[in-house]
Amino acid sequence: MSISPLKEARRAPGSEWLKNHPRFLEQTYLISKRFIAKTYPWMQKLSPRIANKLMVRSEEVLKGWAFNCQMCGQCILHSTGMTCPMNCPKNLRNGPCGGVRHNGNCEVMPDMPCVWVQAWERSQHMTVYVNDIQTLQPPVNRSLQGTSSWANMLDGKDMQTPKGWG
Amino acid sequence: MDLVSNSRLERVLKSGRFAVTAELDAPDSANPDDVYKNALVLSEVCDAINATDAAGANCHMSSMGCCALLTRAGYEPILQVGCRDRNRIAIQGDLLGAAAMGVNTVLCITGDDVSNGDQPEAKRVFDFDSIQLLQVVRTMRDKGVLLSGRKLSTKPRFFIGAVENPFAPPYDWRPLRLAKKAQAGAEFIQTQYCFDMPRFKQFMQRVCDLGLDKRVYILAGVGPLRSFKGAEFMRDRVPGVWIPDDLMHRMEKTPKNKQTTEGKQICIEIIQQVREIAGVAGVHVMAYRQEEMVADIIQKAGLLPRKINQN
Repeated sequence: MSISPLKEARRAPGSEWLKNHPRFLEQTYLISKRFIAKTYPWMQKLSPRIANKLMVRSEEVLKGWAFNCQMCGQCILHSTGMTCPMNCPKNLRNGPCGGVRHNGNCEVMPDMPCVWVQAWERSQHMTVYVNDIQTLQPPVNRSLQGTSSWANMLDGKDMQTPKGWG
Repeated sequence: MDLVSNSRLERVLKSGRFAVTAELDAPDSANPDDVYKNALVLSEVCDAINATDAAGANCHMSSMGCCALLTRAGYEPILQVGCRDRNRIAIQGDLLGAAAMGVNTVLCITGDDVSNGDQPEAKRVFDFDSIQLLQVVRTMRDKGVLLSGRKLSTKPRFFIGAVENPFAPPYDWRPLRLAKKAQAGAEFIQTQYCFDMPRFKQFMQRVCDLGLDKRVYILAGVGPLRSFKGAEFMRDRVPGVWIPDDLMHRMEKTPKNKQTTEGKQICIEIIQQVREIAGVAGVHVMAYRQEEMVADIIQKAGLLPRKINQN
């Protein structure tokens, strides 16, 4: 019996055009980071509950469409060539596995280009974050799944690593 | 010699000798003799025996189980720890158990996906990736703490290894990814099957340019092709294995009854070639269910005897 490969990573196609313009995306990232850092504290003062809901929802919609965001809550898109590493069926955060096919496609989903092959190519076209793909990424904090990575970034939650990490 | 563990592989590598490791195929059996039978052949011809962790996502006796048996009998096993089947809690617990049983060497791997195995319905875990796992193992050893920060009363003394596949895209990133593994704690590397020599030479050149051959010991993965059909299967169905066309032609034009001998000959030639490449510190021989052949290959490649002073 053969089992059809993963469904979850195929949910939304994302925007290939957008992802192939990483330099534009990294500028967008820098601008939106500044914008959110300014507006989020105000939103929180008005209503923390609504502020949080708004953040989660807009992230789901925007990043979901653009990057097929999996809502891990600790976004590292800018260090992975603006290609979401959680789309890798093995959830790798530090680069490709050894199973990448000769044609550059995924071991698990033969018809999908390897997330990390794309991430590498795109990252090399970036200017600000070109070397960030070499950063050693800590283990994923699974308890942040489904939360807003923007909010977590402002709270510093996404950078917190366990005590015994390095 | 500055040693971090009691690993025999570490002693061989740090004394500057050309190392040989080989893969033990874990049995589909609950009988310890099935492990010992395979290990007996290998132990005479290699410095350490890799106990695979459900290779190819096919269920066999666990690496932990094999290592327990092997250490009990005085063999030098390498515990393979994959990220596919266990989460961080299970992995760290297993590492402590392994160290307590006398396992001196661990190999941190991502693991083949479940879809290639005998139980593709299984849940993938991949809580860590191999690089995060490396750093966790090193921290346990050097700082004596778990990932949570909890102290260990006795540190596990491991010689830590990782794998790399120079033959899978993105090719120009692979040496840099190896650097990341070295940074995370890898001290030796076993590569995927080397068949594509030009590609491997290119990879090693870059590795040496980055100075990585001074930071990690690189063992080139080698193995015999059983037949032309077998070679086709490996190239098309085993994740991450690439066999160039000239080797495929060489196998194809060999008469069927001589293909096994030819595959063995190719393997010996590859070992002799990788020995000449700067930065290669040893070979890792993989031959699925052909332990007898491994011994023959290692002998014919001129890598015997392997006994070293136990101090």
